[in-house]
Amino acid sequence: MLAKRIIACLDVRDGQVVKGVKFEGLRSAGDPAELARRYDVEGIDEVVILDVTATLEARQARAHTIQAVARELFLPLCVGGGIRTEDDAAAAIDAGADKVSLNSAALADPSLITRLAERYGSQAVVVAIDAKRDGERWTAYTRSGSASAARDVVEWAREAAARGAGEILLTSMDRDGTRSGFDCPLTAAVSDAVAIPVIASGGAGEFAHFAEVFQAGRADAALAASIFHFNTHGVADLKQFLHAEGIPVRL
Amino acid sequence: MSIALVDYGAGNLTSVRKALAAVGAEVYTPDGPADLARARGVIVPGVGHFGSTRTLDQAWRHAILERLDHDRPLLGICVGLQWLFAGSTEAPDVPGFGVCQGVCDRLPDIQPATGARQKVPHVGWNTLALPRWSRLFAGIADGSHVYFTHSYAAPLARGTVATSSYGIEFTAAVEEGLVSGVQFHPEKSGQVGLQVLRNWLTGVA
Repeated sequence: MLAKRIIACLDVRDGQVVKGVKFEGLRSAGDPAELARRYDVEGIDEVVILDVTATLEARQARAHTIQAVARELFLPLCVGGGIRTEDDAAAAIDAGADKVSLNSAALADPSLITRLAERYGSQAVVVAIDAKRDGERWTAYTRSGSASAARDVVEWAREAAARGAGEILLTSMDRDGTRSGFDCPLTAAVSDAVAIPVIASGGAGEFAHFAEVFQAGRADAALAASIFHFNTHGVADLKQFLHAEGIPVRL
Repeated sequence: MSIALVDYGAGNLTSVRKALAAVGAEVYTPDGPADLARARGVIVPGVGHFGSTRTLDQAWRHAILERLDHDRPLLGICVGLQWLFAGSTEAPDVPGFGVCQGVCDRLPDIQPATGARQKVPHVGWNTLALPRWSRLFAGIADGSHVYFTHSYAAPLARGTVATSSYGIEFTAAVEEGLVSGVQFHPEKSGQVGLQVLRNWLTGVA
């Protein structure tokens, strides 16, 4: 049976893992390669490296960080942040990324999704959507969540899938960093609208939140950062919990 | 032990190369079919569309057959496994290598047993069923998880040594004499995947 994936996100700045609350107030949590190794041992299913400041500061994902993480990691590795052009994507993939995550660049030029899918295959192209609730709908935000893209999230997810995206990485800006749980209605709305996997992100605070987003949110995967980084909850313990809840996971 | 990793333009080979290096293989990328002559084993990787295997023309096929005649094993990965079959409905005009019988087809959008909608592509970690012993899965437990990412799959065949299920049961691995193939990505499947690669290499003299 296909397992629900647990994905660890390494928010990286200047080669170090950081994690902020609602994208602000970053504090250091260690060496990305070391963290990735620990997650691998604990049974993480996939690793995402995001350079959270890359888009704003116009920096590209650092090849040496990717190489250091990829060196001993034989799991899917996705890299995002600052992937603006085909060349940025090629640099990340050549350094060892299996997938690249596009956010602002895809909103600015959706044809980039198709060009990368044609070059590397759809499985290598993840479209990240930062979603903010707006009444009964959600609006996509761009540039690390600093500006509205004036796009409906569900409609944008559909377009991204139609253009060749292989997965959607969906972050609730309202929940990100709050530890109050994933936005299940948002995740379910997007998951029902597309035939590609949806990775839920933003708001993980306790094990029950993961069960909720896999069941009520119909997520295919769930991503978290700080809940794992500071050893508050181990990946192995989380998977045991989900297994006991009847949710298929890789143990 | 020189392993030829055939780069026919179907995706990124960095991860495969890295995993093979981790299990002690010496890997090179042949310039063309003639450069296969020094290979002790041949790997046909691949992601994406079956149509990309069109690049594996008669010259490549002859060179790979010539290696098999010299007892040099062949391993297909992902689309490389599908290529071992007669063909695929994804690109009906492109013939496969044809070592295994049957045609690859798209995974169902509806689970036949339950009528429930399911997503295609099939992405993530799924379990293997190992119906019989094989060299590829020596020492690997039935029910182990491996990483898949594909929309088309191969039918069950005589050489099927591992199956997985996603709405339907499909061939996760074949082993027919010197020819092996895996639908999943051993280079992305943690320790289980590395063991599969190690096991394959034990058959490379």
